[in-house]
Amino acid sequence: MIATFRIPGAGRLKQAETARFSFDGQSYAGVEGETLASALLANGVHLVGRSFKYHRPRGFLSAGAEEPNALVEIKRDSARRTPNVRATVQELYDGLTAQSQNRWPSLAFDVSALGDIASPLLSAGFYYKTFMWPKFAWKNFYEPRIRAAAGLGVAPDQPDPDHYSARFAHCDVLVLGGGAAGIAAALAAAETGVRVILADEQVDFGGSLRFESGAMIDGQDGFAWAQGAVATLRAMDNVRVLSRTTAFGYYAQNFVGLVERVSDHLQNLGRELPRERLWQVRAKRVVLATGAIERHMVFADNDRPGVMLASAARTYLNHFGVAVGRNVGVYTANDSAYAAAIDLKKAGIGVAAIVDLRDNPTGSVIDEARALGIEVNFGRAVIRAGGKLRVSSMTVQPKNGGGERTIPVDAILMSAGWTPSVHLFSQSRGKVAFNDETKRFVPGTYAQDCVSVGACNGTDGLSATIDEAYAAGAKAAKDAGVKNAGANVVKGTKPKVDASESWSRGMLGAAPGAGPDTTVKAFVDFQNDVTAKDIRQAVHEGMRSIEHVKRFTTNGMATDQGKTSNMHGLAIAAETLGKPIPQVGLTTFRAPYTPVTFGSIVGHARGPLFDPTRKTAIHPWAEAQGAVFEDVGQWKRAWYFPKAGEDMHAAVDRECVTVRKTAGLFDASTLGKIEVVGPDAAKFMELLYTNPWEKLEPGRCRYGIMLREDGFIYDDGVVGRLAADRFHVTTTTGGAPRVMNHMEDYLQTEFPHLNVWLTSTTEQWAVIAVQGPKSREIIAPLVEGIDMSDGALPHMSVREGRICGVPTRLFRMSFTGERGFEVNVPADYGQAVWEALWAEGQKHGACAYGTEAMHVLRAEKGYIIVGQDTDGTVTPGDAGLDWAVGKKKTDFVGIRGMARPDLVAKGRKQLVGLKTKDPKVVLEEGAQIVGDPKQAIPMTMIGHVTSSYWSENCGRSIALALVAGGRDRMGETLYVPMPNATIEVEVTGMVFFDDKGERLNG
Amino acid sequence: MLLIRCPYCEEERPELEFRNAGEAHIARSADMAATSDDDFEKFFFIRSNPKGIIYERWRHMHGCARFFNAVRDTVSDRFLMTYKAGEPKPAKLPGAFE
Amino acid sequence: MAKAAAKESAAAAPSVERRPALAGQELSVTGVTLAVLPPAQRISLRAPDASVAALSKALGVNLPRKPKTSAAKAGRTALWLGPDEWLVIDEVGKDPLADCAEVTVLHSAVGISHRNVAISVIGPAAAATINSGCPQDLSLDVLPVGAASRTILGKAEIVLLRIAADAFRVECWRSFSDYVFTFLSEAAGDAAA
Repeated sequence: MIATFRIPGAGRLKQAETARFSFDGQSYAGVEGETLASALLANGVHLVGRSFKYHRPRGFLSAGAEEPNALVEIKRDSARRTPNVRATVQELYDGLTAQSQNRWPSLAFDVSALGDIASPLLSAGFYYKTFMWPKFAWKNFYEPRIRAAAGLGVAPDQPDPDHYSARFAHCDVLVLGGGAAGIAAALAAAETGVRVILADEQVDFGGSLRFESGAMIDGQDGFAWAQGAVATLRAMDNVRVLSRTTAFGYYAQNFVGLVERVSDHLQNLGRELPRERLWQVRAKRVVLATGAIERHMVFADNDRPGVMLASAARTYLNHFGVAVGRNVGVYTANDSAYAAAIDLKKAGIGVAAIVDLRDNPTGSVIDEARALGIEVNFGRAVIRAGGKLRVSSMTVQPKNGGGERTIPVDAILMSAGWTPSVHLFSQSRGKVAFNDETKRFVPGTYAQDCVSVGACNGTDGLSATIDEAYAAGAKAAKDAGVKNAGANVVKGTKPKVDASESWSRGMLGAAPGAGPDTTVKAFVDFQNDVTAKDIRQAVHEGMRSIEHVKRFTTNGMATDQGKTSNMHGLAIAAETLGKPIPQVGLTTFRAPYTPVTFGSIVGHARGPLFDPTRKTAIHPWAEAQGAVFEDVGQWKRAWYFPKAGEDMHAAVDRECVTVRKTAGLFDASTLGKIEVVGPDAAKFMELLYTNPWEKLEPGRCRYGIMLREDGFIYDDGVVGRLAADRFHVTTTTGGAPRVMNHMEDYLQTEFPHLNVWLTSTTEQWAVIAVQGPKSREIIAPLVEGIDMSDGALPHMSVREGRICGVPTRLFRMSFTGERGFEVNVPADYGQAVWEALWAEGQKHGACAYGTEAMHVLRAEKGYIIVGQDTDGTVTPGDAGLDWAVGKKKTDFVGIRGMARPDLVAKGRKQLVGLKTKDPKVVLEEGAQIVGDPKQAIPMTMIGHVTSSYWSENCGRSIALALVAGGRDRMGETLYVPMPNATIEVEVTGMVFFDDKGERLNG
Repeated sequence: MLLIRCPYCEEERPELEFRNAGEAHIARSADMAATSDDDFEKFFFIRSNPKGIIYERWRHMHGCARFFNAVRDTVSDRFLMTYKAGEPKPAKLPGAFE
Repeated sequence: MAKAAAKESAAAAPSVERRPALAGQELSVTGVTLAVLPPAQRISLRAPDASVAALSKALGVNLPRKPKTSAAKAGRTALWLGPDEWLVIDEVGKDPLADCAEVTVLHSAVGISHRNVAISVIGPAAAATINSGCPQDLSLDVLPVGAASRTILGKAEIVLLRIAADAFRVECWRSFSDYVFTFLSEAAGDAAA
């Protein structure tokens, strides 16, 4: 297909190659380096989308990031479908496939466009009013239909196959915006040698120089100057130049988020290139050179495809070499649109007429337009655009009323003036100020170390802009206070402006013909389908604050965040309220400036890098044995070791029985370990644990309980005293980091006088628990230097020595109720020592057991697990652990909290055992317990099940539960109501197996 | 992400290295066991949660690991100053940022 | 005082194999090479100011007093991690724990040779690789050669030591080493940009 709207000799894509692409299934040819919008326009395509609410046909409003209408889906493959891509930003590549959105069955014929006719029903605030009644209909009727009919693109339903990268960066001067102002500021800053980052959202630097044909700098065309200047900057070591990079958020202390689109413009996405790169930049100084965005004119049917911003038409012509029509009309309230008419006329495009709302403007552009033979009308308004799928005419009327005249056109270029882009300034918490003379908000009070230059600062004229920006860049570099001159810094001079264009003021609000007495659809916000009438209606219905008007009408709340609509909406609201604009106020600008993909926020943190997966030194062995793993915090722990044909129950039953019959090996490496060292170690332990420690002999261990200050159990674990000044503390697996933090907190801030230090040794030691009657026989042959007799190494003792020639801390302790040991060895030896113990164990018929069997075995003995049998509201007394609280102690963390009235009151929930009347029934953990199952619902619940298992060793189910006044209910029958049946249970002690504890030495 | 000056590392470091640790200058009684119910309530449960200047504790968790104190404006999120644990509440705060 | 807990003696050699995490893993891409370094002897050393001179003498390296610095001598490096905390790394097989065991001044020395895994990140894109997940300013002005700091990389804590303008040693806990190496590997692929 021949691109009929490409103008030979125009634009800057002369060297470019042809790119084939498709839109809605139709094939087209474009040029690499242009945008999808440009390529479609070159092919005469203006209709590209349907609007959000009314499904009105829409075309391109702009040529940039502010685009509200031309949102398309870009589809690379079934997983790579990106909705809501602005066609004005998407670069063309060979093979690009795009689709329009929000239409059915087709873009040209959309049945939902009936909503346009029924639009009186869809007026401002319609969500709040129309769907209030009947109440049930919202969920069943209105919502599904609204969701189907309204909205933008469709989210992809497959995992994103692309990858995204991230980088933290630091610089002295960050320049945001790469137009004339940004480039000048960057040049001035860079030549001092400081670290500079210059970023611009476009492919090509230059900003408005991309379309301003009248700018001359340093004797060159403005755009050519920009390219040269950026090349100079790129060559300096101290400068990083980022194109296709949008600064989307400005956060505290000059922390700015930027997204660089790395490969969306490339045909083939190689794995080597990320799709996007997130830059999180910390800058000493920020220069905001974000420019200004042209506003549209608010008149009836101003949304027809072919009606667009004048600067957009110039960009398509001067940068991409594409004409937006053959016979264009121009509607303006300022000078800058004249330049568009002149450029188009010079390129051989017909300009039907310029309609200027102003009464008697003067200036060289007006003279030039007239000299080119363009019809210029002053004091007139375009009151209506004709056509539906494409604009076909503009109807002109004197602005104070009078005869109408309809002029056939195929495009209308409009300009109501320019809105300074204060988005990032506002995000930085700066306060904008309204300039009454120029009718625009400009940066007022600064909140951070930044400065605005050029159009975003309300500075008019290229010469003034470059003066301001160059000085600001130099000052920012000086203020950053760093002189790390790069080796290849290029010293320059301030760019000299030889010629420039003038952009005088414009207007805000609705144009004549769309005034208060009209009902026409004069769009303010294209993306959310908000008209001038909607804004007025919001005010009439009582909205006074601009924030309320915004929410009621949704003006400025679409994905373009009102870049073109906010000022118009504000002006109409102010006019309706009869108040000056600053009194009505501007809505808050929030990040992101333009939509940001989830991928770029997530960055590397997906798949294996979503969160660290921690594995023990013994993990490879367990994996090779076919262990099933469970997640415990970030750790992978062996859950059970099924043999061929075994399910989980069979494996756990076998493991539990084997441990009590012979022995079992268990990987306990994940337990937290903290070494407490120093002359005051025992004093510190006294303060952090409920137990007494001063008299614990070196070589002995004690089960310790740690409380929070409120008196509730925080953690527990076995602590071994290795020497007078050295304790080996263990914590729960999940509790290790917070216990360390808790201990450090008290040591550093409450007890800093103590001479003691804490070191995490969790990962220094691999821990192999060997439990069961044969445990000593398994370990003894491998151990050197430790007498393992009961006399020399009694239950709850610790010795240092060697095992397999490796240093060990050998604990005699038990979490199963059997004779047991925990062998600590340096982690790198963990697997080899395990294998040696395994080989010994095989001689005795020992098994490897996992966390499930560990849980069952400890429950059979009534040993609690903090965090399972306790929940942060359980005291040592509640858990039956009063014996572990040093009665003679005068202080420890939690001593006062434990004495609070509620914590010593009668009837507290206490930990008890439960036996189901039917021994085969296993209760559900978390199930609620009641005293009388026949009481009225809702029943009074007196407790809940905390642990529950089938115990093969006991030949029945066992459970632990927290029950109000539990220890006074021994032998009582209670009930656990479940959906299908109420289960009868008997309250018992917590020990279900070997209640005399004889097996510890068995 | 904030920058926080660690008084031990003597430089500003990124917030990701830090962890907030609640309000500062709430002293644990030397005779904890004898604390009255009212005093315990004030010590353990009651926090000022001001709009404006707050004295709070931070830990340079993934840095020097020290706890320290900070003065922050909860409205602007600005740190006015930081100082070492154990040092008294500053009598005078540095002036507002320029 | 504070006698070394795990005494290594040359006499009793291990009869079982040492299996360090990620042993020998390497990755080389444009601009950066990652390598898991061989095991080293390490202690976490804690001491008040008054003990620093005696400990420095015993260790044969002057414990640095300035934040974010390190000192190295004869294959042994002492990294300032906090005002009373140093990470001492010995890469020539001498045990700093044994050296401290003879010192009587107030201190705490705990063996952590097996707790940490070290990864070298070397090449012109080394800093960019680490900056993928580490929020610190790694420019030479702010983090000069010899500078050391505990910090974070993505979701893991690391200790960073700059050994040359374009070379870093990254230490992390053993069970985080897989995450850290994978993170650095992915980041390395994009670091030359």
